[in-house]
Amino acid sequence: MPKQFINAGVEIRDAEQELQRFRYRLGILSIFILSLFCLLIIRFIYLQIFQKEHYTTLAESNRISVLPIAPHRGVIVDRNGIMLAHNYSAYTLEITPNKVEDLESTINALAAIVEITPRDRRRFKKLLGESKRFESLPIRNRLTDDEIARFAANRYRLPGVEAKARLFRQYPQGDMFSHVIGHIGRINTREIEQLSDDGRLANYRGSDYIGKAGLEQSYEQYLHGTTGVEEVEVDSGGRAVRTLSRSAPISGNNLTLHLDARLQEVAYNAFGDRRGALVAIDPATGGVLAFVSKPGFDPNLFVDNIDPQSWTELNTSINKPLLNRALAGTYPPGSTFKPFMALAGLFYGKRTPQQAISDPGYFMFGGHRFRDDKEGGHGAVNLFQSLVVSCDTYYYMLANDLGIDAIANFMTLFGFGSKTGIDLKGEASGILPSSEWKQRRFKQKWFPGETISVGIGQGYNSYTPLQLAVATATLANNGIAFKPHIVNHVENIQTKAKTVIEPSPTRDLQLKPEHLEAVKQAMIAVNKEGTGSRAFIDAPYSSAGKTGTAQVIAIKQDSKYIESQVAERHRDHALFIAYAPTEKPKIALAVIVENAGFGARAAAPIARLVLDYYLLGKLPKQPATDE
Amino acid sequence: MSPPLFQRILQYLARHLDRGLIIGLIMLMATGLIVLTSASNGNYMRVLSQLLNMTVAFAVMWGFANIPPHYLMRLALPLFMIACGLLLGVAVAGDVVNGARRWLHLGVTRIQPSELMKIALPLMLAWYFNRHEASLNTRNYITAALILLFPVLLIARQPDLGTALLIMASGCYVIFLAGLSWRIIAGLAISGVASLPFLWSKMHNYQQQRILTLLDPSEDPLGSGYHTIQSTIAVGSGGILGKGWMNGTQTHLDFIPERTTDFIFAVFAEEFGLFVNLILITLFLFLIARALVITSEATTLFNRLIAGAITMTFFTYVFVNMGMVSGILPVVGVPLPLISYGGTSLVSICLGFGILMSIHSHKRLPNY
Repeated sequence: MPKQFINAGVEIRDAEQELQRFRYRLGILSIFILSLFCLLIIRFIYLQIFQKEHYTTLAESNRISVLPIAPHRGVIVDRNGIMLAHNYSAYTLEITPNKVEDLESTINALAAIVEITPRDRRRFKKLLGESKRFESLPIRNRLTDDEIARFAANRYRLPGVEAKARLFRQYPQGDMFSHVIGHIGRINTREIEQLSDDGRLANYRGSDYIGKAGLEQSYEQYLHGTTGVEEVEVDSGGRAVRTLSRSAPISGNNLTLHLDARLQEVAYNAFGDRRGALVAIDPATGGVLAFVSKPGFDPNLFVDNIDPQSWTELNTSINKPLLNRALAGTYPPGSTFKPFMALAGLFYGKRTPQQAISDPGYFMFGGHRFRDDKEGGHGAVNLFQSLVVSCDTYYYMLANDLGIDAIANFMTLFGFGSKTGIDLKGEASGILPSSEWKQRRFKQKWFPGETISVGIGQGYNSYTPLQLAVATATLANNGIAFKPHIVNHVENIQTKAKTVIEPSPTRDLQLKPEHLEAVKQAMIAVNKEGTGSRAFIDAPYSSAGKTGTAQVIAIKQDSKYIESQVAERHRDHALFIAYAPTEKPKIALAVIVENAGFGARAAAPIARLVLDYYLLGKLPKQPATDE
Repeated sequence: MSPPLFQRILQYLARHLDRGLIIGLIMLMATGLIVLTSASNGNYMRVLSQLLNMTVAFAVMWGFANIPPHYLMRLALPLFMIACGLLLGVAVAGDVVNGARRWLHLGVTRIQPSELMKIALPLMLAWYFNRHEASLNTRNYITAALILLFPVLLIARQPDLGTALLIMASGCYVIFLAGLSWRIIAGLAISGVASLPFLWSKMHNYQQQRILTLLDPSEDPLGSGYHTIQSTIAVGSGGILGKGWMNGTQTHLDFIPERTTDFIFAVFAEEFGLFVNLILITLFLFLIARALVITSEATTLFNRLIAGAITMTFFTYVFVNMGMVSGILPVVGVPLPLISYGGTSLVSICLGFGILMSIHSHKRLPNY
């Protein structure tokens, strides 16, 4: 068949043609291959030449992780080297919330191994609310070796729980120093913002704690130290593989205080169950020797965030243990104001030491009767007697003669009504009344009648025990005022270099020696034969003092204050200021005992114990409670 | 003087092997062992086990080099039927691993039928075209397309889009080489592009994610972008000269995922740099060029199509893997031929080269 023939012929030519066509298509595929390989090569050139720097940086940052190494916080010791705040190493159990499936059951499982108190749980819960999920949070601190061993054996069952060796801050003296040393605590968001604003945040990478109160807060920059940095190579899981470089952290500076821990203890215990404050100052330097606010609290509770129950207890306690009475509590000075009033009278020439008034037992002003303590009055009273017997009438008159603004101007010199500038934060300024102050405060004019009670330390007068102590020290130091400071020196533990906080006189009040002498002699007599004599009976050193009693509630002019009829919290505050020895004062102090009645009875005995210990090394047998 | 007995035995054994292909394969495999030593972080068991894989692969290659191609032709239809049956089995009763139904339990062992289909489909298509060689018309191409699409859709449904596309590519190469008219190719290309939005909508979330990630890996740096970001960093930071063997930080600090298998090229590029990279590409090109020569000299249509499919598939694997590692293609689970660790890939690649050698050495012998 022709068809078959044609087909056969076509088939042969087709085979040749097929092969050509196939090779043609193969050629197209070859070009396809080459062009795709070219594409790859271009990509490699782009990545490995032009983007090399970029990717090298990425690779480096991938593998290098910078880990902060927290420095050791400086310790705080008293003037004799007694430890007030230090660090100790202990194990803590920490939970990373986002690595744990069921937090509650993990904690329960943990509780079967080591003791976890309800307080630990509450604190953890509070911490949980304040932290990020990937942060490792402590559930239990200070584990014993036994507990660590038990945990290690059960660790596999508790993913997300880790035992870590940590440095803990401890305050071995507990509540005695709570208002001076203060405490540290976990850094909160507000503090992070503050650190960030100050440009100090980088130094806190790796730090969990920051000073929250007291010296821990005010000397934070000295105590914290410099954070070290470790550059480590990490794998993709973030685990450190090896260390590339390390710059060691620099430990914080140590603080040595003027404070005498044993004196503080004597003073703190002298209050017994009473509330109050005592500040003792070295008049020649302004160094604070004792700084008591009672009751205190255990600062150790705050280190790892306080549990809510303890917090509520402290915060709602009627005794206000969280209030720093010495620094931020303000009280009318009562009669302890009189020595300064007397000086003002002499200073402005309104009185001479010899000049006497006749005290009928009251002072009439504008039809208003200002009563004296003693019914019928003290008779003829000069400056000396006015202090020894604490005559109110003398000072009513003096205040009236001086006028409020002269009083205010003079008292400003002694630091009343303004912050002393002590090295603690949260200081109150108190109130030094003046016509300008009243205008500012109440938008009202000062009435001359209001001046009268200011003369005996009542009225609008309101000062901190610290201010009173500083004023007493200034008086003892013949009118040369020092800024009070608690820290004696800061020691760099690397270089051993000590930075001494130099006693810097803030001002010389330029008081006349004879004026000072007149007031001082009267104050010496107070402790010998006057209102303070009972407390200072048989004292082997000479001391000067002044008692004070400050009204908590106003007493109607016609009624008499009868202690037993007044609720405890409304009773008068007892005050006392003193310094000793009188020849060359080594210590000046102010004491206030809340709601304790007469200063002579409640406050002066405390001062006696403190002076006895400081000057004689005599330890008291019991608190100076009033009988 | 006749050569010694031993040498003659060797010559007899090697009579179906191809010198060019052997040289290329050995050089690439040696490179693979060097990179693997570093990538496995000095885990010599892994290197030894790869060496064993290579031995097996060579044996398989030798075996297939000695099988005349027309025997393979007889295998084509049954093999394809079996592979299709297994794929259907997977669709009905496969094991679900990582959300995809890819494995089939056969009593003692599990198999991934899509692996078998990689060989079965080109064989089937080549056999089909060879059978209708005398009278190829449009209807044959349509039939071929159906043969192609059936397994591809089954695999895509598993879902294993990467493998489905690779198998589809190997089938397309066969159809293209079989002489599909340009007009149809153009038409398919246009309709293919037009149907992209539809395909997109049919894709699984993670498949869409992989493609999106390719466009911007930083979008999802810890999820699907992680592989691409880390391997691109490895390649880029290698620079011109590389960081040195065993010195790749990305490699040794565990930033490169799957660094002994699919991402081994990232290790290579990081430690050896651009120059050696180009040498590697040249080696691959050399191997492909030799395979193309063999393809062009093949005597029957079946041989040509099979040789072309093997060559082009090999190229595709190389390109897709390198493209994926350097961040120009989405992440699909494709090993780098001859370099990546793993027996299956090595054996199937060498099996392909064995067929190529057989086609070459049997072309002068009467086939059937």
